[in-house]
Amino acid sequence: MNGRFAPGDRVRVRGWFPPGHVRTPYYIRGKCGAIERICGAFDNPERLAYGRPDDPKVLYRVRFAQEEVWGRAERPGDTIDIEIYEHWLEPET
Amino acid sequence: MSDDHDHPHHPEHHLPSTYHEKLTAAVIELLAEKNLLSTAKITEAIEVMDARGPSLGAKVVARAWTDPEFKRRLLADGSRACAELGIDVGTLKLVVVENTPHAHNVIVCTLCSCYPKMLLGIPPAWYKSKAYRSRTAREPRSVLHEFGLQVGDDVAVRVHDSTADMRYLVLPMRPGGTEGWSEAELAELVTRDSMIGVAQANEPAAV
Repeated sequence: MNGRFAPGDRVRVRGWFPPGHVRTPYYIRGKCGAIERICGAFDNPERLAYGRPDDPKVLYRVRFAQEEVWGRAERPGDTIDIEIYEHWLEPET
Repeated sequence: MSDDHDHPHHPEHHLPSTYHEKLTAAVIELLAEKNLLSTAKITEAIEVMDARGPSLGAKVVARAWTDPEFKRRLLADGSRACAELGIDVGTLKLVVVENTPHAHNVIVCTLCSCYPKMLLGIPPAWYKSKAYRSRTAREPRSVLHEFGLQVGDDVAVRVHDSTADMRYLVLPMRPGGTEGWSEAELAELVTRDSMIGVAQANEPAAV
């Protein structure tokens, strides 16, 4: 399964707020970061949680600057990496 | 659920008291009654889990400290490298992140309490606490300071939020003064906390 994004690509996490089992943390929705690595294809947890292992999605690790996420950082350059499924990502620009 | 059924109760579920303990006990009884899963299988799985502990992770770290080629493979594909040592990490993929003089890594799961049980065993209670889970994402340096770890301003802190299918292990830096040590000796310096990233590996004098 080929991913839409490559390591280094700038992406924005979608500002969606759907009901149900979602593994994209609230605090990262709408924030921008860079693809750190491609983890492979995994079943979409939003369907898997309801017994439907039928929707594989490419999973990425995305690196965000702490300033971007919280509006402040204990030290500039500190980061947080989060696993995010492809349908939650769009190009930053 | 009467008391006269013929399958054994699991001892861990003898006296359920909280809502979730009762729910767990009821689900286990139903699975057994419907022959979907035997209590023996459940006990076996618990015993396998209980047998796992940080010594497995320490073995992986000590090998990486002594074998640069293994370390390269470990950082590229943690699951496959662990399999080389005969450690089955299951279906979840292991990502190993390396501490260096310029970057310190720390692991958290803000959504629940995902943890590399296959290498570290059962997580400590604080790892599952709401305080650790919320504060490590937002103010990792303060949290590390409370663990007794000062990270200098010349070192970047890299938090890893274990939100999906990966599990994480920190590869701590090898302490100085350990030249010529065997893998088994080095493994004694590798603590659980150093592999979560809230501590460094022990110094030789501490052993």
